[in-house]
Amino acid sequence: MNGVDAPPLSAPLTISFDYTRSLGPVLSRFMTGLRERRVLGSRTADGRVHVPPLEYDPATHAPLTDLVEVAATGTVTGWTWTDRPLDGQPLDRPFGWALIRLDGADTALLHAVDAGRPERMRTGMRVRIRWAAERTGHIRDIACFEPGEGSADPLRLADEPVTVMTTPIRLSYTHTTSADESRYLRALAEGRLLGQRCPVCRKVYVPPRVCPADGVPTETEVAVRDRGTVTTFCVVNVPFAGQRLEPPYVVAQILLDGADIPVPHLILGLPADQVRMGMRVAAVWRDRASWTTTPENIAHFRPTGEPDAPYESFQDHL
Amino acid sequence: MSTEVAVIGFAQAPCLPSAGTTSGVETLVPVLGRALAEARLDRREVDFWCSGSSDYLAGRAFSFVNAVDAIGAYPPICESHVEMDAAWACYEAYVQILAGEAETALVYGFGKSSAGQLRRVLALQLDPYTVAPLWPDSVSVAAVQARCAVDAGVVSERAMAEVAVRSRADARANPYSQVSGVFDLDDLLAGPYLADPLRGHDCAPVSDGAAALVLAAGERARRAPRRAWISGMAHRIDPQGLGERDLTEVPSASAAAQAACLPGDLDVAELHAPFTHQELLLRAALGLGDRVRINPSGGALCGNPMFSAGLARIGAAAGEVMSGRARTAAGHATSGPALQQNLVCVLEAS
Ligand SMILES: [Zn+2]
Repeated sequence: MNGVDAPPLSAPLTISFDYTRSLGPVLSRFMTGLRERRVLGSRTADGRVHVPPLEYDPATHAPLTDLVEVAATGTVTGWTWTDRPLDGQPLDRPFGWALIRLDGADTALLHAVDAGRPERMRTGMRVRIRWAAERTGHIRDIACFEPGEGSADPLRLADEPVTVMTTPIRLSYTHTTSADESRYLRALAEGRLLGQRCPVCRKVYVPPRVCPADGVPTETEVAVRDRGTVTTFCVVNVPFAGQRLEPPYVVAQILLDGADIPVPHLILGLPADQVRMGMRVAAVWRDRASWTTTPENIAHFRPTGEPDAPYESFQDHL
Repeated sequence: MSTEVAVIGFAQAPCLPSAGTTSGVETLVPVLGRALAEARLDRREVDFWCSGSSDYLAGRAFSFVNAVDAIGAYPPICESHVEMDAAWACYEAYVQILAGEAETALVYGFGKSSAGQLRRVLALQLDPYTVAPLWPDSVSVAAVQARCAVDAGVVSERAMAEVAVRSRADARANPYSQVSGVFDLDDLLAGPYLADPLRGHDCAPVSDGAAALVLAAGERARRAPRRAWISGMAHRIDPQGLGERDLTEVPSASAAAQAACLPGDLDVAELHAPFTHQELLLRAALGLGDRVRINPSGGALCGNPMFSAGLARIGAAAGEVMSGRARTAAGHATSGPALQQNLVCVLEAS
């Protein structure tokens, strides 16, 4: 079984999506204000002005509707310096992060200060907003802050208020498989299907995994055939983004001969409405030259023409 | 229903810069086994399971569901999850036992911080409207807090470095630590800034790891070989806005300590402080005097696996009590930016 192992397989994984958020009455006015080069704060019952605005008074819990405009110039109350900006940050050259209390506000907001070099940063320094040229009603309408006083004049725009903001998220990872998953994937690259047997319940898992019934890693390697039985299935009728096949098509759970847990895969080669539980199917491998360490080496499964398996033969493996 | 709950077992994985598998399952299996063995509890005797982890860390949806394999979840068991440090899962389990819903519980946390760019991933825990879209990284946010504390005269860069020197020296006795050794204070202070005023030694390393803790009620706990009684546990939250509070104070830690009845004659405190200045702020917020031994394990500065480092502080504090080295100890956990959320668990012998 284990022997000398190659290191676990790993691969880059980048996830990106847009968060689209409704703003509600307070943040809608705040973001609409930014589009007009105005900064609005909310006033709590104790008379303090909060920027960014709060939606509810932390003391009275009343909704805050009293928004007031504050200056686009303020004072740094805390800071640090970043030599190597990260992906997505406001500036792509060294800059300062600072808490900035705008004139007229009682709380500070966090933003970037384009100060050029760290020696220019200090607590108490005066900074002003550098507005983005294109403003959409988003916190990034404030491109950054810069040392100095004064700011561009506000505009009066007749546009509809901003009610939704979209923030793109992009994260990069290195995904690393377990040693057992790696052996499974490397076997796939050789056209073999590998299972592993739980030392306690003796069930064979494909792909190998920690046994969910016993909480122990599966140990003994078991070769599994590339044919099996459809235990259950669904017909996909709904089109969606990124779909590779024209609906309708069938995704089935297939209990490979010699395994105790089914794997999901496509069933092609017959009309969708003819797929049935118990149907015998075999893997259709892609061209050997294209095999890599992925389950995509199997293009799909197709019927073998054998008689259907009796229900009793797979009823415990659904 | 019992009003007495004790920690009866604890285990952790070594804190590593990179521990292979992203799923965490393989890391957890031996940790769960050792925690149960210490508690002399069979897996099937656990009434309630609770975990802490985050999908953002692994970069995959419902990543905790995968990890459930490690506890042998078939046939179905009673299980829950928090998207926070597992210290908060421990709180949930504690309440379950107090409520009479369970007699025993196993709490675990795991995180592979090295899969992504941790300090950038953590930007996503900030306010999603006005802060997170700027992607301020966790080290910079902590550095702004440290700057405020230095400006206010509450901490100094030298006092911060002293925390690092003491932690790393203590961590030599902790086989699970990632960073340890004897360091010279002035050498550390001569190092470059990572994010002014934070240097490398002021920041916890990026760590992969896992931890598991076993809890039991009254009579069940007395049957275990060793136990540390929980005399109080509480957690509190400060406002999310970084400019909404004085960053040099930690009101939520003080409030949690008060609610948990943190005793004045504490022997040991395991503080979850991923940055040196945060340990100094927490000592003040919790009112810990000079006679309290702080972080004999080396603390999070010597190994900070996300989502289990806080639970590990409770486990380390319990270990001090179980071993007889302390009569009273406190485990503390933090979550969120700049010590926003804090949990205090007080542990006592008999
Ligand atoms: Zn099994």
